[in-house]
Amino acid sequence: MRPVAVIGLGKTPFGAFPDRDLRSLAVEAGRKCLENGQVRPSQVEAFYLGNFAGPAFVGQNHLAPFIGQGLGFEGIPATRFEAACASGGTAFFHAWAAVAAGIYDLVLVAGVEKMTSQATPRVAEILASAGDVAGEMKAGATFPALFAMIARRHMHDFGTRREDLAAVAVKNHANGARNPYAHMRKVITIPQALAGKPVADPLTVYDCSLVSDGAAAVLLAPLERASEFTARPVRIAAVAQTSDRFALDQKEDINTFPAVRRAAEQAYKMAGVGPRDIEFAELHDCFTIAEIVALEDLGFAPRGQGGRYTSEGCTLPSGSLPVNASGGLKAKGHPVGATGVGQICDLALQIRGEAGEMQLPRHELGLAENLGGSGASAVVTILRAA
Amino acid sequence: MKVYTETVVYSAPEAYVNEAPYQIVIVIQDDGSRVTGRVLGDRVAIDDQVDLIETRNGVPYFSKRNQ
Repeated sequence: MRPVAVIGLGKTPFGAFPDRDLRSLAVEAGRKCLENGQVRPSQVEAFYLGNFAGPAFVGQNHLAPFIGQGLGFEGIPATRFEAACASGGTAFFHAWAAVAAGIYDLVLVAGVEKMTSQATPRVAEILASAGDVAGEMKAGATFPALFAMIARRHMHDFGTRREDLAAVAVKNHANGARNPYAHMRKVITIPQALAGKPVADPLTVYDCSLVSDGAAAVLLAPLERASEFTARPVRIAAVAQTSDRFALDQKEDINTFPAVRRAAEQAYKMAGVGPRDIEFAELHDCFTIAEIVALEDLGFAPRGQGGRYTSEGCTLPSGSLPVNASGGLKAKGHPVGATGVGQICDLALQIRGEAGEMQLPRHELGLAENLGGSGASAVVTILRAA
Repeated sequence: MKVYTETVVYSAPEAYVNEAPYQIVIVIQDDGSRVTGRVLGDRVAIDDQVDLIETRNGVPYFSKRNQ
């Protein structure tokens, strides 16, 4: 396996864009990325696309060649990856594997989702198809409901407080307000978060990530060739993809995501670092409780203490481990298929020192965690300055 | 059988919009296996004992056990 670098980045803003279609978003992110890496479409050898539910949200299937054509690709392999909310991370993992194995030199990875053209109950229904449709979802569960049940159990077992969940939302909203590409740039307070409209008890709207449109893209190349394209290559120190039991009621302990623990173990080993070495992270805060559990599964906080760790301020931009300086899924937005690729962009922006108002003081070694469903898929990535 | 975890769903998917709000539970059954179902009647909490009342359309409905 040879070392691989991120040599280009491109993103659209995340938000609700009624006048934009799925392809135009993906093409915008892809073109920005190619320009950023100073690569012509004809140089790209393979196209990897993360997308969760284009067919259900906009009625279009066979998406990778559909978008590839818009990017000016001709004849190259173009493949869509679907792993629920980890679709983007999964596409990134497989693109990395192909470059690391020497199959290709230059590959483009994009992630996209166009969600806001559907009404909320229909969006909930489409998202629910990432769960066990014949089991938990048939009983009337939604994704907020699954994570609400995790929150309930975490509160029961470890004394996690409703205020700890709110602290995640308050932090990520404050961070998102500094991100020009964020869906929601609105600072909120703990009382506001606690008084939000209930979605699935104890979660309110402020505990839930946003339904967004958006796309993100990254270009990968062997590290040895990175300097041909950029003065600021970012090294992929590790990336690991894992899976786990599918439905929440099939798990022995819902306070942990074994897929994340397993991916983290592999990624730390591959990168030769441990949780204490990581300087900042982008975590999959699809719901506030998910960020708390991820802090524990990744080894940043002791088991059961992710809420306390957050309320103590450890994950603030000024804390010992800044988490979701971009605003996270909570404020930046969560166009499902774009999320995992967007996290890679946000880590790379920090490492390159190009994060503007979001720029963190320590930014050379960052970790991203992308979660699919209620934990059946996970991708953990570690990036470092090359 | 007892409640492992629960939530009340306020924002329901398309098919169940007219039934919201409703309570969902994961129940630990007597054989140790778990199942996701609905609650009929009084709201239940973690560790409450429940009984299976009926199964509708493949979904188990539970109620809090009378003491």
